[in-house]
Amino acid sequence: MNIGAHYNYWVAIFLMMTGFYVVITHGNLIKKLIGLNLFTTSVFILYISLAKVKGGTAPIIAPGIEVYSNPLPHVLILTAIVVGVATTAVGLALVLLIYDRYGTIEEDEIRLKDDSL
Amino acid sequence: MNHLAAIQVIIPLLCAPLCMLLRWRTGAWLIATLATWATFGVSLVLARTVILNGAITYDMGGWPAPWGISYHVDILSAFVVLIVSGVAALTLAFAYKSVQREIRPESLRAFYALLLICLAGLLGIALTGDAFNIYVFLEISSLSAYALIGMGQRRRALRAAFQYLIMGTIGATFILIGIGLLYSLTGTLNIQDLASRVEMIPTSTYGNHTLITAFAFLTVGLSLKLALFPLHLWLPNAYTYAPSVVTIFLAATATKVAVYMLLRFSFCILGQRFVFEQLTLGNILLLPSLAAILVASLVAIFQYDIKRMLAYSSIAQIGYMTLGISLNSHAGLSAGILHMFNHALMKGALFMVMGAVAYRTGSVYLSDFRGLGRRMPWTMAAFVFGGLSLMGVPLTAGFISKWILLQATLEAGWWPVTAIILLGSLLAVIYIWRVVETAYFNPRHEIEHGTEEAPLSMLLPMWVLIGANIYFGIDTSIPLHMAERAATILMSGGTL
Amino acid sequence: MELIIDITLLTFLGLTALAINRIDKLFCIIMLSGIYSLLCASLFVSMDAVDVAFTEAAVGTGIATVLLLSTIGATDTQQRSAPQRPLFALLVVCATGAILVYGTMDMPAFGDPDAPIHHHVAPRYLEMSQQEVGSDNIVTSILSSYRGFDTLGETVVIFTAGLSVVGLIGFRGMQKFGDRQRAAGITQDDMGKHLVLRIVIKMFIPLILLFALYVQFHGDFGPGGGFQAGVIFASGFIFYTLMFGLDAAMRVVSPRTLSYIAALGVLTYGGVGITTLLMGGNFLDYNVLRPDPLQGQHLGIFLIELGVGTTVFSIMVLIFFAFSSRKGLRQ
Repeated sequence: MNIGAHYNYWVAIFLMMTGFYVVITHGNLIKKLIGLNLFTTSVFILYISLAKVKGGTAPIIAPGIEVYSNPLPHVLILTAIVVGVATTAVGLALVLLIYDRYGTIEEDEIRLKDDSL
Repeated sequence: MNHLAAIQVIIPLLCAPLCMLLRWRTGAWLIATLATWATFGVSLVLARTVILNGAITYDMGGWPAPWGISYHVDILSAFVVLIVSGVAALTLAFAYKSVQREIRPESLRAFYALLLICLAGLLGIALTGDAFNIYVFLEISSLSAYALIGMGQRRRALRAAFQYLIMGTIGATFILIGIGLLYSLTGTLNIQDLASRVEMIPTSTYGNHTLITAFAFLTVGLSLKLALFPLHLWLPNAYTYAPSVVTIFLAATATKVAVYMLLRFSFCILGQRFVFEQLTLGNILLLPSLAAILVASLVAIFQYDIKRMLAYSSIAQIGYMTLGISLNSHAGLSAGILHMFNHALMKGALFMVMGAVAYRTGSVYLSDFRGLGRRMPWTMAAFVFGGLSLMGVPLTAGFISKWILLQATLEAGWWPVTAIILLGSLLAVIYIWRVVETAYFNPRHEIEHGTEEAPLSMLLPMWVLIGANIYFGIDTSIPLHMAERAATILMSGGTL
Repeated sequence: MELIIDITLLTFLGLTALAINRIDKLFCIIMLSGIYSLLCASLFVSMDAVDVAFTEAAVGTGIATVLLLSTIGATDTQQRSAPQRPLFALLVVCATGAILVYGTMDMPAFGDPDAPIHHHVAPRYLEMSQQEVGSDNIVTSILSSYRGFDTLGETVVIFTAGLSVVGLIGFRGMQKFGDRQRAAGITQDDMGKHLVLRIVIKMFIPLILLFALYVQFHGDFGPGGGFQAGVIFASGFIFYTLMFGLDAAMRVVSPRTLSYIAALGVLTYGGVGITTLLMGGNFLDYNVLRPDPLQGQHLGIFLIELGVGTTVFSIMVLIFFAFSSRKGLRQ
């Protein structure tokens, strides 16, 4: 167990948790979504870190190259990135409509408006 | 014949874009209905094939596992697919008038297309034999569900959808982390391959840290998705404010598929011994399950919005399913799996009643039910039968799964748990009775204008489900057989 | 050297993440989140994931930022509330993080060539994909052939996002925007008045579209493919919209047409699968498309990438249209 071997994972974990913190503490809906983005993007770093092989290159076959990084996590994360942006788009569409019908995008103000009815 | 597993998902997946290509709005409904009935037909044949000939493996793209994605359909998958596609077919039959009333005409096509995509996502989760493919289809079904919920008429639907989007995405990301950790240990994503390689992982005295963490993240992520108490907070709002048809479909299917994922990950990948003996999943699930049964049932009693009441009741019913799993016995597992089926039947029917009442009166507050016993006799009779099934009265489907669950708890010698199950049923009697009393024994207001019976297109699917509730309460051999065989497969680690 | 780059990028990522948490001007946060994506993309390049980096740059820095900006354009630009229950949240987050760190204890070291993931499934891709699928870019081979079904799912996810936006906001809302603009006598956005911008963008748009086509058809050999191409092509359109106004852009291609193109894209992908079924193969087994399996693979990949590209392009533009039409509602 040495520190040098895992620092990449740990930084990724720190980033994930920052994103997670932003999602759960902030009441602004747009900021929540950005936090969610931060969270998922940092998970991508974890996956891509898994794929790296020391001394390897990008997995595009070229003459004279022996060691390639693992391409499978790359493929998975390509899919996950798309899922992420799709979620963001749906979330933002909801935010737009919430603003239309509540006049605010702060969670506590929205709750107040619902409860006062 | 051998392409059935693929066709099952492809039909709804590709009929969704077809819906968008039409200019004719009724056409979208027609395509969606035909697609769901075709899907249901395929699922019947698939279930038959699996029962008779055992599990089916289908390699997508012709690439053998673990290099490609392969579908692996065993009896548990076939059972879940049967539930999901059956409910979808009936929901679409029910949908026409209700959707016309509740959804803006310009959004109709997108609505039906999203419903089909959600169906395809749920089916894909149940059929696939690839861990990452589960994540992809989970997101397909969730993303469409967020939008469908947000299309509810009241503005609170938007808030509910957004809340669900946040919680659901956190859950899915946890699952993604769990899958990533499993992958880092084994180098594979195929479920069967994962299982055999997880077994070979060298463990120290405390077990493998990474494996334990993967288990923790998968369990928390899935608990969020299946609304296990206390991670259920998204569910009541989502079910209450979603359009009626969406509530029917999601309440009867989505949480079941999440339970299925929990079963698949804990029994077929991590292994029963590891999960139950080393990590005591049984104890982890037991307390939330019991709390769900008691607290959610209690909260349901105090609800005035009946859709919300039924939503809380769903949380309690999910408690019964996870309780069955936590028993870690063949009988408990069978009860949990069978309850997935029976709960789909009764909640499908009850939420259809809500859809019909909302169609006629505009809302489903308790006060709206006054005098409905006389004005909508068929609808309210369906509510009574569905309610009886929910309580677990003999000769209804709900009785069978609760009875087996009771037996399983007695077998394990868990007396207090038995008592809590009975108490939960008693609480169900109370909250169902409130509605029945209002409908039959409270005279209607004089000012209220008359309400007629719901249209036939709504009554028919509703009564098909009620019929199923009664039929499977008397002759339960088919679902019980499937549930028991599924439990056997799970207890043996999914290898049969 | 690699280590230094790595550590620098990670430090910047950490600082950006912390800044996002602290700042309450939404515009700044969005810019920071764009920067965060760009840093991520750089990190991915340094970890050899060029395709992922390409996508992250196009999506995170490009599309997501544009969508976020058009949302704050139509809503609010300032966060008003203080963090809720920060202590409780900190506890949850620290606990989750601690479990994850605990989980890394038994993980193979970073870059370790002996890690299990490099020895079980991946070697076949590295050694055989050229003979079996025929593409130099292994990521493309896996994405479109070995795990082509995932990619179909991915395309459906994008399509779902488009449908959701259409279902929630609606075409009519988008088209009304044009009417309102005409009624108000607005023919173009403010940006259209800047001569330099106008000319530069006019020069850039064809280049962007050309580049998109290059990325689309060059995915076999280098990084790129249908998804990235679709995003870049869409960004060309978004540029045009920013310059000449939504109304003009919608006259080039209406939201409804976009939804048709998207549906056709998904159907192209699915259609390839159905064709392979009918020709006697498994779903998405491109080998059967042509007598020579390699040619079959080539044709299959070409067609599905086309499907992905068109779907992604049309949905991205559609979502952008939907979002920017809300801005008009506020004015």
